[in-house]
Amino acid sequence: MATPAVAAHRPTRARRRLAWGSPSVYFVALLLIGVMLAPIVYIILGGFRTNAQITTDPAGWPKPWNVANYLDVLGGEVFWREVVNSTVVAGCTTAGVVALGLMTSFILARYRFRGRGAMYSLFAAGLMFPLTVAITPLYIVVRTIGLMNTLPGVILPQIAFAIPTTIIILVPFLRAIPDDIQEAASIDGCGRLGFFWRMVLPLSMPGVITVAILTFIASWNSYLLPLFILNREATFTLPLGVQAFASQYSVDTAKVLAFTSLSMVPALVFFSLFQRRIVGGLTGAVKG
Amino acid sequence: MSSSDKSVQLAAGASAGPTAVGGGAVAVAAPPRAVRAKRKRRKGIGWPARLEIALMTGPTLLVFVSFVILPVAVAAFYGFFSWQGYGPPQDFVGFRNYVLIFQDATFIDALQHNAVIVVLSLVIQGPAAVLLALLLNRKMRGQTLIRVLVFVPYVISEVVVGTGWSLMLQGDGAVNALLGRLGLDWLRNDWLSDPGMAIWTLMGILTWKYIGFAVILFLAALQGIPDELTEAAAIDGASYWQIQRRVTLPLLGPTIRIWAFLSMIGALQLFDLVYIIWGQYVAATAGTSTMATYMVANGRIAGEYGYGNAVAVVLFLISLTAALVYQRFVLRRDTEGAITEART
Repeated sequence: MATPAVAAHRPTRARRRLAWGSPSVYFVALLLIGVMLAPIVYIILGGFRTNAQITTDPAGWPKPWNVANYLDVLGGEVFWREVVNSTVVAGCTTAGVVALGLMTSFILARYRFRGRGAMYSLFAAGLMFPLTVAITPLYIVVRTIGLMNTLPGVILPQIAFAIPTTIIILVPFLRAIPDDIQEAASIDGCGRLGFFWRMVLPLSMPGVITVAILTFIASWNSYLLPLFILNREATFTLPLGVQAFASQYSVDTAKVLAFTSLSMVPALVFFSLFQRRIVGGLTGAVKG
Repeated sequence: MSSSDKSVQLAAGASAGPTAVGGGAVAVAAPPRAVRAKRKRRKGIGWPARLEIALMTGPTLLVFVSFVILPVAVAAFYGFFSWQGYGPPQDFVGFRNYVLIFQDATFIDALQHNAVIVVLSLVIQGPAAVLLALLLNRKMRGQTLIRVLVFVPYVISEVVVGTGWSLMLQGDGAVNALLGRLGLDWLRNDWLSDPGMAIWTLMGILTWKYIGFAVILFLAALQGIPDELTEAAAIDGASYWQIQRRVTLPLLGPTIRIWAFLSMIGALQLFDLVYIIWGQYVAATAGTSTMATYMVANGRIAGEYGYGNAVAVVLFLISLTAALVYQRFVLRRDTEGAITEART
């Protein structure tokens, strides 16, 4: 009985809301977008200007448009090498986090054994150890096992630090799969591992995708850990590259802006491809 | 996927038959069988299951312990030594590093900056994000696009943000030029190096970068609030703002408290943006240094790894205390609710 009443209400309410002061709402929204995007637009447009233009009029429009900066960066080896490094690091980190996190969450969610609670608490306690706190000793650990200036030296710690969040997000997901399905699968001759591959993996996909996207973007943008571990330019990831480029060409502002704006393209593309998942995934994560 | 679902259901339906026919020992239908299976699992697990547990959690535990737990333990240990990072630490100095930290005016400054950043982040971003979320929750054209655009600064790396903003905020940069063109010359400022201004500049950039995250969280929570509640209030004659204050805001409470927790911890750990914009030395004089930039400057860059580890321990203990106090007094009822909700 309640449902039709609500359904009947909705259209009128929507119309009322749209009518109520909507111009001011749009105005504030536009203002907001302007503030959020202006710095990004400045960086992109700045790449299309020349240094002379930037010096004479720092806040001006490109006139004439000049693509030399972008072509320079795209034609150089440095940018592409750093793109490859960043892709390898973010890709391996994401794959590692998903593989390890999913297996462990499956065990924690669906097996009963002594020490399960303790194990969950151990991982949950990891949330209390942010990377910033552990960075100095982490650097020493990585150096001791001989992974300095290597990409695995960044990948392994990143996986480790992403595991707590992953487990916190995935365990409720896996626990929510009804026992009946597992019973039915086992009657059907499906072992626990077969159940993992055939049922758990497909059913937990939304959670997995959320985790994967968040991990990928965090890894793509990470700065502190690569700053400590990667000292050779050949191993630089994009964030380190942007900073190195900015200090190397500190006089050539336009080129720095071109490099900077190119370096945000992959993250922006990735984000726009998956934005629905990210925004929706955060909802799921928060609701627990 | 739907076909496999169906086959599972079919199997479940069919299972009662074969089992019942199956034999004297298991002369029971499906439901008792499920109970029995559960009991068996609880009583003890066989070797295959133990092997599975070991294989599937072992690698995770190994990675986690060696790169998260071990470094933190190592930091606590090295913090008691004067150690330059090579060879085994031998110069045991007890609590001297810790005494030095709290005697160093630069660290106390950094601590104060952190405190200011924590408070200002909550005071500025919280209300602003709630208002923006309310605004974006209204039905309007281009809603999805606006939501995505608000989130864009959050997705861009700190290095890009830092590089871009520091170029714009230079004395002869775009911001001052724009203000000049708009006839607002009195607003022109030495944004980055004026000690009275720099912390506000930092807050501006932090707000710009991170408010999208808060807005998305709040929007998600707003969409979870049933329409019936606000409709009922509207029928009772409540105005828009009354509804937001009396109905929406209390229901948004748990999300706001969790966001505040994340924001607080993030502000205590702040490093990237300060380090990129102000560099390792200027931050202290500009009044934007944080505990983390102090740690990096006086630990690794100075080559004093023992001291750097001691700073890490202090930073950790401060964050932990803040987190525990917050959880004890503010978050407890929320997490209780979240856990019971997750279980049902």
